[in-house]
Amino acid sequence: MSEVVGTAGAVEDSGHPMLGLREMELNFGPQHPSTHGVLRIVLKVDGERIVSARPDIGYLHRGTEKLFETETYPMVIPHTDRLDYVAAATNNHAYVLVVEKLLGLEIPKRAQYIRVVLDEMQRISSHLLWLATAAIDLGAITPFFYTFREREVILDLFEEYCGARLTLNCMRVGGLEEELTPGWIEKLRAFTEDLGSKIDEYEELLTENRIWKDRTIGVGILTTDRCIAWGVTGPPLRASGLAWDIRRAIPYECYPALDFEIPTRKNADTYDRYLVRIAELRQSRRILLQCCDWLTANPTGEIRGKVPRVIKPPAGEAYASVESPKGELGFYLVSNGGNRPYRLRVRPPSFINLQALPEMARGHMVSDLVAIIGTIDIVLGEVDR
Amino acid sequence: MAEDTKDAPAAPAKAAAPAKAAAPAKPPVPAATDATGEPLVAALAAAVPGAVVSAKKMVSQTTIEIAPGKLVEACRHLKDKETFTFLVDLTAVDWKERDPRFDVVYWLHSFDRGNERVRLKAGVKDGAACPTVSEVWETANWMEREVFDLFGIPFEGHPDLRRILTWDGFQGHPLRKDFPVEGIDTGAAIYPDRYPEGGGPPPDDKNRKTVS
Repeated sequence: MSEVVGTAGAVEDSGHPMLGLREMELNFGPQHPSTHGVLRIVLKVDGERIVSARPDIGYLHRGTEKLFETETYPMVIPHTDRLDYVAAATNNHAYVLVVEKLLGLEIPKRAQYIRVVLDEMQRISSHLLWLATAAIDLGAITPFFYTFREREVILDLFEEYCGARLTLNCMRVGGLEEELTPGWIEKLRAFTEDLGSKIDEYEELLTENRIWKDRTIGVGILTTDRCIAWGVTGPPLRASGLAWDIRRAIPYECYPALDFEIPTRKNADTYDRYLVRIAELRQSRRILLQCCDWLTANPTGEIRGKVPRVIKPPAGEAYASVESPKGELGFYLVSNGGNRPYRLRVRPPSFINLQALPEMARGHMVSDLVAIIGTIDIVLGEVDR
Repeated sequence: MAEDTKDAPAAPAKAAAPAKAAAPAKPPVPAATDATGEPLVAALAAAVPGAVVSAKKMVSQTTIEIAPGKLVEACRHLKDKETFTFLVDLTAVDWKERDPRFDVVYWLHSFDRGNERVRLKAGVKDGAACPTVSEVWETANWMEREVFDLFGIPFEGHPDLRRILTWDGFQGHPLRKDFPVEGIDTGAAIYPDRYPEGGGPPPDDKNRKTVS
């Protein structure tokens, strides 16, 4: 910790200076329970008030994009699991989409529905994990026990389907590897039907909770214009009032056939981002129920399209993206016609959303920083890749 | 396993009617087509003379190659006049043998043009600087830092050009094609007597595996 002597004028855009005598430089992390990984933020504080916050990332950098270039196309899929490791299915999905796009492949209808089921289950489990940890960061421990109860069921379902609970490796270029196990859809339906009342329980704990509202309302405001300037997508963008979701904006798989809404809010603060995510849980539940109906009505069918034995997309480039729980997750693939990607770039929503943190944190108290890190919903595996 | 048994009876049926099965099974392989005539490209070429080098379209995604000297001007035009307010992604590709060696790639999005997207590309020579677009889109700040860190392309006029994913003082740029995938000795080994230079188990270790 080092101290920097500052002047009162340095905090002009954060209202009146708190002490106005000296600014202090403070390291937040890299080892801190509320950074959800290894994130270091160099803070300049005036008393309790943040003058500037500078994220320092890269502690988890593993060179994933370099590794991609050494693996054949199917071998890349398990690596994508390790980007956003709490939402592996959406990572798999974005990657296989881009390869399929460059190959010009058609995906069987049944595979599309199963993919959407996996995506939406993943969205629910990711949002539940977010809710649990964001609430714990602000001192509310109880939601953790409630949300992990449901998350456990989802992970059990994943385990039954593909044998893994977190790093699923569940999608393949052209479709899926495995058919659903017998009785799986019934288990999913029972869980999904029940989920509505479970979401009510979380809301009962937090939505009208006075402490929760005090800690979140008006904290970390990021308006639509600023979201777009910083490239922020996902729930933060929708909480600022723009109903923009890749599932509707640039549709993929069978989403156009499904009936769901894009929840939005107006105030663009931490509380609204919480409400948007809760509403998204309900929409994901709606999508899951429709998919369950379709999959029950169409119990058999191809789950993998006509895929060449050796996957060699033609030379060229393509970009494909999905709406991951955190925002727009995209893959940019450059192929030189070989059996390995020449260049495969990940467009990581966590990395890009984190960039807005200094602006969101400026002028707030140090304790609010915890709420702001939580509300962006970052996974450091994806930030650092 | 289940898939193999399912495929087995299907194979003779396909052989019996080859003409019927072959026609829908082969989707056309995507190929790049010229897109210089597209309205967006034509408007850009007219507004910023000399900016458009070439334009092509593949898998319904348009790529415009921009002369590096006109890059910022072209980006300003696309943002202000054509409503591409959202820079989705910025990255680079290393074409080791080519001159210019690098492509810096921009992926733009417009909310007002019905979610239309366009890709810009600028060729940058090894060692040469690329003009920054962080003044146009703030989000380019970290993305350009990442390209600088991993490819070693400096961005001229960038407000805060430091390494972002590797640490300050790291030597080399990992995403260059000539950077070894097994890594380099960064001098960070803390037990030099136990782990010889180059890392890994010692040569006489029975667990040591060699990769050809």
